[in-house]
Amino acid sequence: MALLPSEFSELERFSGWILETERERYAKRLASSMEEMQEFYDAAFPRLDAANKYLEQFPVRDLPELERNLLLLMMSLVLVSFPVEVWQQPRVPDSGAAYLDLVVEPKV
Amino acid sequence: MPPHFPKPAEGSWTEHWPELGTGPVDYSDSTDPEYYKLEQEAIFARTWLHVGRVEQIPRKGNYFTKELAARNTSLVIVRGADNEIRAFHNICRHRGNKLVWNDFPGEETKGTCRQFTCKYHAWRYSLEGDLTFVQQEHEFFGVDKSKYGLKSVRCEIWEGFIFVNLDPSAPPLADYLGEYGKTLAGYPFGEMTEVFTYKAEINANWKLFIDAFAEFYHAPILHAKQAVKGESDKLVKVGYEALHYDLKYPHAMISSWGGMSPPKDLNMVKPIERVLRAGLFGPWERPAISGLDELPPGINPSRHPKWGIDSFHFFPNFMLLFWAPGWYLTYDYWPTGPHSHIFETSLYFVPAKTAAERLAHELAAVTFKEYGLQDANTLEATQRMLNSHVVSEFPLCDQELLLRALHNASRTYVKEYADGTAAE
Repeated sequence: MALLPSEFSELERFSGWILETERERYAKRLASSMEEMQEFYDAAFPRLDAANKYLEQFPVRDLPELERNLLLLMMSLVLVSFPVEVWQQPRVPDSGAAYLDLVVEPKV
Repeated sequence: MPPHFPKPAEGSWTEHWPELGTGPVDYSDSTDPEYYKLEQEAIFARTWLHVGRVEQIPRKGNYFTKELAARNTSLVIVRGADNEIRAFHNICRHRGNKLVWNDFPGEETKGTCRQFTCKYHAWRYSLEGDLTFVQQEHEFFGVDKSKYGLKSVRCEIWEGFIFVNLDPSAPPLADYLGEYGKTLAGYPFGEMTEVFTYKAEINANWKLFIDAFAEFYHAPILHAKQAVKGESDKLVKVGYEALHYDLKYPHAMISSWGGMSPPKDLNMVKPIERVLRAGLFGPWERPAISGLDELPPGINPSRHPKWGIDSFHFFPNFMLLFWAPGWYLTYDYWPTGPHSHIFETSLYFVPAKTAAERLAHELAAVTFKEYGLQDANTLEATQRMLNSHVVSEFPLCDQELLLRALHNASRTYVKEYADGTAAE
């Protein structure tokens, strides 16, 4: 069963990053190795612009299921961009035990 | 070195308000448990406190609770059948049980109801706070229901922001907010209903986090790694100067340049920012709504073309930030003890119309969290060493004017309260 629109089928192997909430996405980031996130980033980042253009044809507040999954996947890409592009590690450096929980987030 | 942006005739922003002085500031106000007790009475029992937005309770019967650890109470804020928003102490008049809560008595909750029913003995209250039902009323000894309504709390609204005040004799909210309340009115807050809210418990005095967000002097240093390398070195070398400061006791504001929206050179920003056209300062493009081209006079008061962000601090614990690309942000700091508080921040955007806009908002929110985590952890490091009392007075520079103003306001409130109590 496809989880993503056929135009983005090569990203199916990263479907573990299709997650409903920021809390789940952040937990997966912290639980992932840099190699795993780099691989996801290298595959998904070149398709980000295409995904935005593709999703333009749907109303963002009422996306069909596969298109909604694509948006959720790209939200995970946004989250891993920090470890990959900036930190070279999953955690924010010097953030220790500090946390910031997203308790309200816009519905997708 | 001459300033990049003009300072007042006195030569510095700080000296423009001579009552603040320029000497080191005593930070025992952020360590001393006795001082914190005084702050609770002198400040949190008698100032207007921001607890939420009207959009959180858009329909009759919508409510949310707010824990006020600094006053050892909990409030329930509710929209009544008459559409009025009211605040009550969250306590049942029968035997003092917390009226509205879910699973965990100390946690905040929200929801919708037709009336409030106590979990303990099913006493019921209308959305307007009247006691409407007493279980086995005939067993009681002449309880007059009209005298056992919920304990109400002053609740007033400014531009959709809900404020409460535990002091029945406090002047009205509009008077308290003063000039800023007038000069910020009209900003299209009501259009910005796509909200991200973060919450954290911080092991630091509430004023220390306001300190962190009331100056940008730290930004090129603490957050150096977040900028592209060459850009970060330049920022450190130049340092930081604000465009403009203003104080309207007990409130204050800082107006700043900045915001790469869009950046002059795309190589200054991270790859994902180039694709999504957004970053810490939000989306590079303004949303297409009216009310952003001509901003209210309080925003960017120096009308500087390089303006990027204004931070208003409403004493004691509320900050309101306006970003040039057309969105706003709030900070609330709720003390839970002399060395701890709950920090809440919300980012408000005009709702995304496309997936690309949604991802641009997501990037702004994610970026905010990366910065916020660095700030939050640094505070704990600060509190730990302040508690050593090895040093208690600290020099503050001209770019840290709002910190000086905050600690001065706290001390003034505490002193006035202590003098008033002594006089009674």
